[in-house]
Amino acid sequence: MNKGIKQGMTILGISAYYHDSAAAIVKNGEIIAAVQEERFSRIKHDAAFPLRSCEYCLKTAQISIDELDAVVFYDKPFLKFERLIESYYRFAPRGLPSFLKAIPVWLREKLFLKRIIRKKLAEIEAFDPQKLQLLFTEHHLSHAASAFFASPFEAAAILTIDGVGEWATASLGIGKGKEITIIKELHFPHSPGLLYSAFTYFLGFKVNGGEYKLMGLAPYGDAHSDRVKRFISLIYEKLIDLKPDGSLWLNQQYFDYVTGLRMIKAGKWEMLFGFARRIPETAIEQVHCDLAFAIQKVLEDIVLGMVKEIKRITGLDNLCMAGGVALNCVANGKIVQKAIFKKLFIQPAAGDAGGALGAALAAYHIYGGQARKISTGSDKMKGTYLGPDFSKTVLRNWLDRQKLSYVYFEHFDELCGAVSTALADGKIVGWFQGRMEYGPRALGNRSILGDPRNPKMQSIINQKIKNREHFRPFAPAVLAGEAGDYFELEDNNSPYMLLVTKINEEQRIMQKTTPSNLSLKERLAIRRSALPAITHVDYSARIQTVHETSNPKFFQLLRAFKEKTGYGVLINTSFNIRNEPIVCSPEDAYHCFIKTGMDLLVMDQFVLKKHKNEWNF
Amino acid sequence: MEFLKDIFNYLLSRKKWWLAPVIIVLLLIGFIVVLGGGSAVAPFIYSIF
Repeated sequence: MNKGIKQGMTILGISAYYHDSAAAIVKNGEIIAAVQEERFSRIKHDAAFPLRSCEYCLKTAQISIDELDAVVFYDKPFLKFERLIESYYRFAPRGLPSFLKAIPVWLREKLFLKRIIRKKLAEIEAFDPQKLQLLFTEHHLSHAASAFFASPFEAAAILTIDGVGEWATASLGIGKGKEITIIKELHFPHSPGLLYSAFTYFLGFKVNGGEYKLMGLAPYGDAHSDRVKRFISLIYEKLIDLKPDGSLWLNQQYFDYVTGLRMIKAGKWEMLFGFARRIPETAIEQVHCDLAFAIQKVLEDIVLGMVKEIKRITGLDNLCMAGGVALNCVANGKIVQKAIFKKLFIQPAAGDAGGALGAALAAYHIYGGQARKISTGSDKMKGTYLGPDFSKTVLRNWLDRQKLSYVYFEHFDELCGAVSTALADGKIVGWFQGRMEYGPRALGNRSILGDPRNPKMQSIINQKIKNREHFRPFAPAVLAGEAGDYFELEDNNSPYMLLVTKINEEQRIMQKTTPSNLSLKERLAIRRSALPAITHVDYSARIQTVHETSNPKFFQLLRAFKEKTGYGVLINTSFNIRNEPIVCSPEDAYHCFIKTGMDLLVMDQFVLKKHKNEWNF
Repeated sequence: MEFLKDIFNYLLSRKKWWLAPVIIVLLLIGFIVVLGGGSAVAPFIYSIF
């Protein structure tokens, strides 16, 4: 990337072919639209070319393909191919089966991305292929750009950590104005993300998706037990060599992801830790929790090491983060707690989906040389509400076409009053408003809501709707100005649900030691605070602060709930069922509503009731 | 042509010339395999492997 094109540009960013494909469009420095393909295709983590996402972005920006200044792919396929070939060569002939599996895919499509992108875009509309400027950014530069250029900072240190891009698995950089300089990189096969994924696999969860579950399981580990201490020692002695700057070396004798078709050499791990790999969906025992605790602790050591190193190098006050590991909210909470940097911005779409946005922003500022317009205090993510929305007319027409009975509230405050009453009565509400969120979190526009004061609400939502692991509590959405009343959050700022912190001591109900013979479900059911449904066993919670500026409707609902109950906090979990993507359209929302035990579906100001005779409104 | 130009530029910028024969052989094999899928080239592939 080097030279500029012209003043005022429109760039389409694309990520695809690995996991979570997405598209994003940036016009004159403003993020106009961004969306993951899974929301349209209804295939979770869909990796296919994001055709419908591209179509949506172009339509929202009201621009044709011919009018685009550039289309940017979020990584460099030749560099990735180089890594593949060199890795196989290095370990030959060990990786032959994996090599034979990988190479056809590369020879069929991944090496010919330019041709494929042009062909796919032609399915949207006709355009002049000679005119189309096709660019490729490096994977970690895309992550770095997604964090820094979307941040409210003029200058910041940048840390990106994930599984692997081309060669880099983590990068330390510096952003100033419209420039990003990568200072240090950690290279494959030594990767914090792959280390965590290896444990995810060993503990019976899915790689590339189950990492959250591992993080949620960790608090059940017994921090003071000899076993946890032994596990941590074993990880440091046998699996990794962690340097003071946070870089690490992974002992490949224990891993299989470079040349094999699995993450780890399971036999060696079983010998090392003294128990067999957990078969997915089987019972979780204390030993699994203890190992989850150990690896979470090690990951935090790695991340904090890198954060300290980038602080030492840059001396700056602000830190921007992206990459899949930046979705580890517990580690993020530790960064805030340590106060190494004064301000922290984490790209809410920190995983590969966010690469589409990062690629577009990198092309706009670095390649195009376009200046950044920074508005103090607020980032450029528009609360992540960058996806499709549906007008009142569209919703009404759809509801009428389906012959569904609904109540329409003329005034939004009346709607909030009715919904907050239902919530306080223990009802579960599907809340569908405005533009859909970009990234993995539902932040109040495609959310399922419940009353966090209700001790049974965690298991009710799990049983009736989500059918997810019983050991994970739900996350709270809280009125931004009041977060400090409930949580240990100094600046009242966690708008993207990316920080885990503790419940305030005044809100806690202290328990003596929990008997370890209880099941995880029973342990979670022990009341630990005034908000039991969102309190984890270690008194932590994954917080979303709701700001009037970015989501006035959700803010108003929370305020109505506070007037009714005294608590400006709601359970906020994503509007989907297990193994399905978050709902996008009214059809998706209605199907989810019908299939599950949700009581109310609120779409804009239209309310659908599951039980017709309940609530006379 | 564009692909070959891109590959050449990549090898030039990365100075990884040793990868050139690997890529060429892989592409040739790939080309033969694609052509050979149920066609007259199939016996030729069979005799190679």
